[in-house]
Amino acid sequence: MPAMTLTEKILAKHSKSAVVEPGQNIWIDIDILMTHDVCGPGTIGVFKKNFGKDAKVWDPKKVVIIPDHYIFTADKMANRNIDVLREFASEQKLPYYYDVGTEKYKGVCHIALPEEGHTRPGEVLLGTDSHTCTAGAFGEFATGIGNTDAGFVMGTGNLWLKVPPTMRFVFDGNLPPYLMAKDLILAVIGDIGCDGATYKAMEFDGPGVFALNIEERMTLCNMVIEAGGKNGVIAPDKITLDFINAKNKHKVPFTPMYTDPGAKFAYEKVYDISKLQPVVAKPHSPDNKSFVSEVKGTKLDRAYIGSCTGGKMTDFRAAASIMHGHNVKIDTFVVPATTEVAKGLKTEKMHGKTLEQIFLDSGAKMGEASCAACLGGPSDTFGRLNQAIRCISTTNRNFPGRMGHKEAEVFLASPLTVAASAISGTITDPREYIA
Amino acid sequence: MSKIQDVITGKAYVLGDNIDTDQIIPAEYLTFNPAIPEEYKQFGKYALSSVPPSQSGLPKGNIPFHTDNEFVSPYTFIIAGKNFGCGSSREHAPVALDAAGIKVVVAEFYARIFFRNAVNGGYLVPFECQDRLCEKVCTGDELKLDVPNCKLHNLTTKETYPLNPLGEIAPILNAGGIFPYAKQVGMLKS
Repeated sequence: MPAMTLTEKILAKHSKSAVVEPGQNIWIDIDILMTHDVCGPGTIGVFKKNFGKDAKVWDPKKVVIIPDHYIFTADKMANRNIDVLREFASEQKLPYYYDVGTEKYKGVCHIALPEEGHTRPGEVLLGTDSHTCTAGAFGEFATGIGNTDAGFVMGTGNLWLKVPPTMRFVFDGNLPPYLMAKDLILAVIGDIGCDGATYKAMEFDGPGVFALNIEERMTLCNMVIEAGGKNGVIAPDKITLDFINAKNKHKVPFTPMYTDPGAKFAYEKVYDISKLQPVVAKPHSPDNKSFVSEVKGTKLDRAYIGSCTGGKMTDFRAAASIMHGHNVKIDTFVVPATTEVAKGLKTEKMHGKTLEQIFLDSGAKMGEASCAACLGGPSDTFGRLNQAIRCISTTNRNFPGRMGHKEAEVFLASPLTVAASAISGTITDPREYIA
Repeated sequence: MSKIQDVITGKAYVLGDNIDTDQIIPAEYLTFNPAIPEEYKQFGKYALSSVPPSQSGLPKGNIPFHTDNEFVSPYTFIIAGKNFGCGSSREHAPVALDAAGIKVVVAEFYARIFFRNAVNGGYLVPFECQDRLCEKVCTGDELKLDVPNCKLHNLTTKETYPLNPLGEIAPILNAGGIFPYAKQVGMLKS
């Protein structure tokens, strides 16, 4: 049998072919379909229109609905959309609906999925959100789709896909304490461009990747879409399996898969990460790369720490390690991705204080678990850029208008760089605060 | 949408590279539900509303896609550069262009999810050009698309541009999207 990459092997296993090749169109079986409040109502509409008003989803245990985008808003239409999800979940008897205003409420779907045991190595996860690719960190094929595709999956459990060629990124060397996964992925996107991986899989490999914790691996895979990637993937190792086994409360069996020796890659690049510097993406594109040292001193109006890519415990530990004992000089918004992360901020301590207390004492504002201002949203969204101001953010996208105002400027950076910039009011290299 | 027309004519609206889905339809309008026809129309009103003015209607810029409060734009074609539709997976992006009256987008290439959504939802025809047409066509030029021959005629400048064949997406677009296509080929019961 010809050697295949991890992505090809997962797709082959879920298709009717023993072997698949890049460029081939195949039909695959889907393990999990995820949707949320922004694309769920449209998806449900497509499903009902095409399968009938009384149709049932193909497997209620495989449809996961996680409202997270527009939650803490007075916007009536946004609240109406949650009602649509609630009604559908009840009518379809979906066991995995994480309703707003209940103890089950989670927050950002890409972080909630692994927390609740819906991600497993070797599986196929499709979601109506481009950052669904985050779950590639668990050694699975995960990608974003639209409402029509999701409506199709809801009724049938399968979908056609084109097998992507795989690009391989190898990280060698040790990650210095002033760098995070965000610096690595911003460097990659800057190097290949925000169309550099269009229609392709991005596999991350090398000792520098396997030294990262699971949350940092999620940050890498989360941002492959910013290079146009169809999916990002990291082979599962002991760190992955320990995490998955601890979360797999439904005891769903799974089969980890790995790239075959001799598999063909469409592109390979090796990075010595010990030599990299802190990186930012300047306005208005995630590939507009600079080293922090080249833009340091740039005046800022706001700092934002949150989202699926920058609102996890690892991100807040990093930010708190810098912000502890300092006051912020600009408006700083801290938004935990999920309610579980929010609990962690209230319990985990550093220098004798909870992380939340460190942020509050520094003068930062704390928001509730959700996508919040990462994608702008309704005008009353916490942290939204309602004016043409300049913000440094741990989020993943900075195209015009992404965080609200179309003339606002957004710099993307690691939580370390954002924290250092928040306490100095200008873009600041975290090395100034890390001994 | 049903079968693609053989000839499509109308005015061009020209944009640059990396027009992402937040520029095509800003997130604040995603509260409308595209499955409800009255709300579907609303997307047309806000289509392309986050493109910075200097990049709106090239080469001159500062040409609005439509006047405020109009649901439909006077343009039929979007001509764009590289990586059209990058960013989020929101199907509201091709919906917004369709609701605004756009029938065809001609770009150098597309972001993957936008392309799938445009085709599988049957909203518009995404053609790829071989030349950098966003620097050859001007906003307002009258275009005539010859679909079977994959040729785009610029009636204003008298130029003709070759386009890449639609290939494997042609049958899905001709059926009107993935659902009618799957019914046609017997994968779904009609």
